[in-house]
Amino acid sequence: MADEIHSDIHSDAHDPSNVTNPEHAEHHIVSPLQYCLVFATLLVGTAITVWAAYIDLGWANPVIALFIACFKACIVILFFMHAKYQSRLIKMTIGSGFFLFIVLITMTMTDYISRAWGTW
Amino acid sequence: MHDAHEHVSLPQHRHHFETEEQQREAGSFGMWLFLLTEIMFFGGLFFSYLLYRNWYYPAFAAASNQLNVPMGAANTAILITSGFFMALGVWAAEMRKRQMLVWMLVLTTVFGCAFIGVKYFEYKEKYELHHIPGANFSVAMFVNPQNYPQYPDTYSEKPLAPDMAQKTQVFFFLYFAMTGMHALHMIIGIGLLFWLTWRAWRGDFSSGYVAPIENFGLYWHFVDIVWLFLFPLLYLINRHPLH
Repeated sequence: MADEIHSDIHSDAHDPSNVTNPEHAEHHIVSPLQYCLVFATLLVGTAITVWAAYIDLGWANPVIALFIACFKACIVILFFMHAKYQSRLIKMTIGSGFFLFIVLITMTMTDYISRAWGTW
Repeated sequence: MHDAHEHVSLPQHRHHFETEEQQREAGSFGMWLFLLTEIMFFGGLFFSYLLYRNWYYPAFAAASNQLNVPMGAANTAILITSGFFMALGVWAAEMRKRQMLVWMLVLTTVFGCAFIGVKYFEYKEKYELHHIPGANFSVAMFVNPQNYPQYPDTYSEKPLAPDMAQKTQVFFFLYFAMTGMHALHMIIGIGLLFWLTWRAWRGDFSSGYVAPIENFGLYWHFVDIVWLFLFPLLYLINRHPLH
């Protein structure tokens, strides 16, 4: 099946200079069982988000909501989007995108907060 | 088993790639770069939300309480289900199961359309309540919440001062901009799904050529993730009245 074909592609026999797949990344197929577990976790996460929103926890409410949303996003990226099984190049690409997003928010917030510095 | 020295070449393999695996990685890499631009695009919207929520928190909390939590939560579950079927579709393509792939893509489309359907009823309610920013916007619900017993979370709110009540327009502007952009991505995705389903039915993706299904899957899951953040940030700001 598909596994056999791909395992042979990773042989170095026709790639002596090791350029085509330098990390020897195996092509991994995520199993339906794993997808089911992720699916169930996402539904449970949604239920907890709604349930927690109706409890008064003060400043912790948005923190909990965002924490659960980030957790859900992580498992979607890792398993539904197969990031866990990709090469380091792809992992770095994904990481750099989120890093850049944090830079965007931090730099803009820094400017915003310091605009009226000392005048409040 | 193939001989280790045999050159495996599938019909979709483009000649400028050394191997199938290299071609595949280049495709995923390109798709992820596109998704990074999408993160930046939605990131700008999320950032403006962050700023205005801090400026006009009472207006954001009051306006958020008018949104329909059961519909938003149901839509979250619908979208997760759609994404789940999409993931199974990628598996079916990998396993070269043509019929299962077609069914999974159809189910992905059905749940995607259901999401848009629920959104239609939510938007319709906003239209009827004059909660679409602009000349016809009405602050009645936020300056006189006691007149709206059918909206329990609004009903229990303290009335807003008229100037703060006007700022609910900022919330609704962001609500429509963010959910609208998200819905536009869904509609584009549903259009692509029709095309992919037709090609899958024709047998394009059941002979080892998975890239279009896999890359569309990345797009579809990305759109899911955006909603996973939109739902708590827009619907659940203050469902636990502090007074």
